[in-house]
Amino acid sequence: MSEQEAKDRISPSLAAAVLAEFEKDWRKELRRAVPVKERLKTGRRPMPQRAADERNKDFSEVNQGLSAEEAVAEARRCLDCAKPGCIAGCPVRIDIPTFVKLVEKGEFAAAAAKVREANSLPAVCGRVCPQETQCEEKCHLRKATGVAVGIGNLERFVSDYERREGGAVVPPPPAPTGRRVAVVGAGPSGLTVAGELARLGHKVTIFEALHDAGGVLVYGIPEFRLPKAILVAEVAYLERLGVEFRLNFIVGKTATIDDLRTEGYEAFFIGSGAGLPNFMKIPGENLVGVYSANEYLTRVNLMRAYDFPRYDTPVFPGRRAAVIGGGNVAMDSVRTAKRLGAERALIIYRRSRTEMPARVEEVHHAEEEGVEFHFLTVPTRYIGDEHGRVKAMECLRMELGEPDASGRRRPVPVAGSEFTAEVDLVVVAIGQSPNPLIPQTTPGLSVGKWGTIDVDWATMATSLPGVYAGGDIARGGATVILAMGDARTAAATMDRRLREGPDGPSTR
Amino acid sequence: MPRVIRRERLVPNIHLLEVEAPEIARKCRPGQFVIVMPDERGERIPLTIADWDRERGTVVSVFMAVGTTTRKLALLKAGDRVPIFAGPLGLASDTGRVGTVLCAGGCFGIAAIHPLARAYKAAGNRVIVLVDVKADYLLYWRDRLEAVADAFVVSSRDGLYGGTDYVPRSVRDILERETVDRVVAVGCTYLMSSIAEATRPAGIKTLVSLNPIMVDGTGMCGACRVTVDGRTKFACVDGPDFDGHLVDWAELYARRKSYFDDEVRSLCAWEEERFP
Repeated sequence: MSEQEAKDRISPSLAAAVLAEFEKDWRKELRRAVPVKERLKTGRRPMPQRAADERNKDFSEVNQGLSAEEAVAEARRCLDCAKPGCIAGCPVRIDIPTFVKLVEKGEFAAAAAKVREANSLPAVCGRVCPQETQCEEKCHLRKATGVAVGIGNLERFVSDYERREGGAVVPPPPAPTGRRVAVVGAGPSGLTVAGELARLGHKVTIFEALHDAGGVLVYGIPEFRLPKAILVAEVAYLERLGVEFRLNFIVGKTATIDDLRTEGYEAFFIGSGAGLPNFMKIPGENLVGVYSANEYLTRVNLMRAYDFPRYDTPVFPGRRAAVIGGGNVAMDSVRTAKRLGAERALIIYRRSRTEMPARVEEVHHAEEEGVEFHFLTVPTRYIGDEHGRVKAMECLRMELGEPDASGRRRPVPVAGSEFTAEVDLVVVAIGQSPNPLIPQTTPGLSVGKWGTIDVDWATMATSLPGVYAGGDIARGGATVILAMGDARTAAATMDRRLREGPDGPSTR
Repeated sequence: MPRVIRRERLVPNIHLLEVEAPEIARKCRPGQFVIVMPDERGERIPLTIADWDRERGTVVSVFMAVGTTTRKLALLKAGDRVPIFAGPLGLASDTGRVGTVLCAGGCFGIAAIHPLARAYKAAGNRVIVLVDVKADYLLYWRDRLEAVADAFVVSSRDGLYGGTDYVPRSVRDILERETVDRVVAVGCTYLMSSIAEATRPAGIKTLVSLNPIMVDGTGMCGACRVTVDGRTKFACVDGPDFDGHLVDWAELYARRKSYFDDEVRSLCAWEEERFP
């Protein structure tokens, strides 16, 4: 099955479950209670946030979350469509109308539990998902009024409620199957696979190379967008489900997949992520003061360089910081530079505003916080001082030409448009490639042209029996929620394989 | 958390750290390194693996106490725990049979060349070990190195061991006396670059074990990038061994000094906190 076919498919069992919920009496009553006209009239509740000139000086969270009253009012806007678009827009297939209507009814704990049936990291996704291109894009209210139900904000609300009330309820322990599963990488996909399989009674161990679980959620996404406390709570929940974490364990180095197989692991999920930063291969890129976004964000987030010298890891503060790229990682980097005291924090992006892959909210927040955007600009060379530190960059202006393979108009250099800008910090945020450690050390694992692990998108099976993969190691660089969608698919296949054995009908 | 089995001062400022790490002990090979973090607020640094005991499940590293992290490591006692001791990272050195191999080490590298010399010897090579010390009292592991070497040479700067020159002169002397097929150098950047310069005229293959600043050590961050033969390499996953004649040493010196001022600040802050 192709990636696209897998993306559009809603299983018949899910469709039936959604319909059964839709037809319940309380839903009918709720639909009758407020006329559609009324629902159409109310405007979307804005996300409360801290003032831009206050928040751009610290690392505390920007968004403050809806109050219970605001959440109920927002949920009331949902039309509870008979044929909702939102569910198909969600890569993990949350039964969105049901959870939203539970919010409207004031049953927040039940709403949180509903979300958690499909999404093991709701507090994360409520904060970092690009809802405007997923569930909210397909929302019929958006089609009718132009403004979708704030599904992401509601997801965040119910999951924060759940955490404040003592955390998700651990289901009664399932009958152990006696099967052992190894998950490589404690990022979004790995955590999801682990949660799903643990709930089904399998014994899951997550092997993580770094010293904190979370993958990109802990080393990449900053505290001001995703507080670490949320991740700590999710990891604690997985531990209560019986998931074992082996931190500082580098699969491929500390032990290979084959070693783990010998130790008795029967199924494997590789979610090792896109941990290999790309550079532009232009002169001066190895000057001191030029970072990959991965390094810059890891120093600040994972190693807490913002609290140097209380923490030992340093990072350059940067007076004039330039971040190269237009995605979420670029926004996280430039807003971090601003918070570390940059007088000017610049985004240098080779296309125009409309082609930027970052979430709309992140771009908006960055602008509010004083980030300058320089579109249709590309660096061609970095210039160093006598100590090998970057002091300037040479750039070239671009204009948009014909659309390329991605459908976006290709930037073409404008002749004679070179100019030089003074910078003392550069962060290169132009994407990552899959980390090569696992493919290098796993004989027989089929790998694509860009180093991604080849998978069958319907099952997430790799070329090796019993080995599955998902997230950025299979996609090359995508989103948290797509990784989690892959993980759900993989978990379902892995469960079937573990129950039916390697020769079962539905494994691969 | 990994348990410290032993931490002892070998010579002034140079310490040995032995840590319980059965998986790493089972897997590691000469030339690889571990990433260590001394405490919860510490920095992650790479340390070359100097020895291991597969049966006892322990790994030995030798380091010089310079900055905050290594000072912290130098205060560890048996039974203490370190939050991170991860590896083995990097590609193992090629220690095949090439003929005569000169293994040169200085500082922490005196220990780090031991497993290399041992492996080269086991592969049937003639092994010359050259160690560089600033003064006689800084020499350690002489017996261990002599046990795996066909010839053992000390270059010292105080004259007690017969030589008064820095290590490149000693390298040139050895090259004059006999045919060397390969040189391996482990130590500070100065030692490795000067040895590479000493062997460049004769074109003798010279492998150096680079030690740029690292964070994760698994290829994720790119802090450790070095230019080799005009191309950017990540020392953590493409190395740490590279051809010393192709390394851009000036760039490596600059990148290693990236945080010099911060390192001083960090050390002062730590000393104030710990020894008020």
